[in-house]
Amino acid sequence: MPLDWCVFWYALALPVVAYGAYKMRKLMKASRDVLPLLAVSGAFIFVLSSLKMPSVTGSCSHPTGTGMGAILFGPWMTSVLSIIVLIYQAIFLAHGGLTTLGANTFSMGIAGPIVGYLVYKGSMKSGINMYIAVFLAALLADWVTYIVTAIELALAFPAASGGVLASFEAFLAVFAITQVPLAIVEGAVTALMFKYIVMLRSDVLLKLNVASPSIIKKLKDMSV
Amino acid sequence: MKMELIVLAILVVFIGAFAYVSSTGNHKWSGSDDQAKDTIDKLTGGTYQPWAQSIWTPPSGEIESLLFALQAAFGSLIIGYFLGYYRAMAKMKVASPSKSKKEI
Repeated sequence: MPLDWCVFWYALALPVVAYGAYKMRKLMKASRDVLPLLAVSGAFIFVLSSLKMPSVTGSCSHPTGTGMGAILFGPWMTSVLSIIVLIYQAIFLAHGGLTTLGANTFSMGIAGPIVGYLVYKGSMKSGINMYIAVFLAALLADWVTYIVTAIELALAFPAASGGVLASFEAFLAVFAITQVPLAIVEGAVTALMFKYIVMLRSDVLLKLNVASPSIIKKLKDMSV
Repeated sequence: MKMELIVLAILVVFIGAFAYVSSTGNHKWSGSDDQAKDTIDKLTGGTYQPWAQSIWTPPSGEIESLLFALQAAFGSLIIGYFLGYYRAMAKMKVASPSKSKKEI
């Protein structure tokens, strides 16, 4: 990634991460009992982003796992969780690298989670089943991450003929199709995680304002 | 149990699609980020040279897999530990809500 874009994405991502870290500190002070769930959300990103899965297109890619954190803790704090994973991968795996860290944090830690968060809130308002809302949120958070990555690459490497738009199409062709099946799997696995959280720690969901008491009660009565 | 079955079904379809694609054609199964690198070369005519080197690259593919596996193992450990912890806690609460009070 060229230097100017590297600086640009860092400048965009770092304030968000800083604010997320600030919010995280505040939350930790206010309610320590949500801490394990924060760790689980981070661990979920760790696991999913380490899994390089073959896709139907004959190439491999990995899910992001940011949907869960975004729904539970919001996009701000998810950006902090993401940057931890991305730093690990950049330093030890030469995967992504430090120059692209800002851009990666923006696509995976900020853009994806924001979309996931909004999709979750929006679909909960429409009254559909919470697990379906989770599924859609995680699916789109994953997919948008890769669309934004395509945009970032297109801006950095505009095609000689056709410019940014032509580049965008070329990069989208690489990422978008590979990612669709993976995003579906990620959505399903995230929804399953939420089933266990509803089962075991529904009090935390109430506390974090993720679902209302009536929805939790309905989900508990329904055996899924 | 219903949701576990749905997830399982999605995984089976996913694996089935993988098996079908890999048996019908000649694919490299390379990473999509490497493909993006190729696309960069194609778009810029190979003029782009990365201006920064990675501080450290895994010496081999095996070691890279090790680090990815460590990452996954560490994550699963945390998830499993806390879900198990919550589960036991919920069970204790149901089993003896009054008894535990008396004992104290």
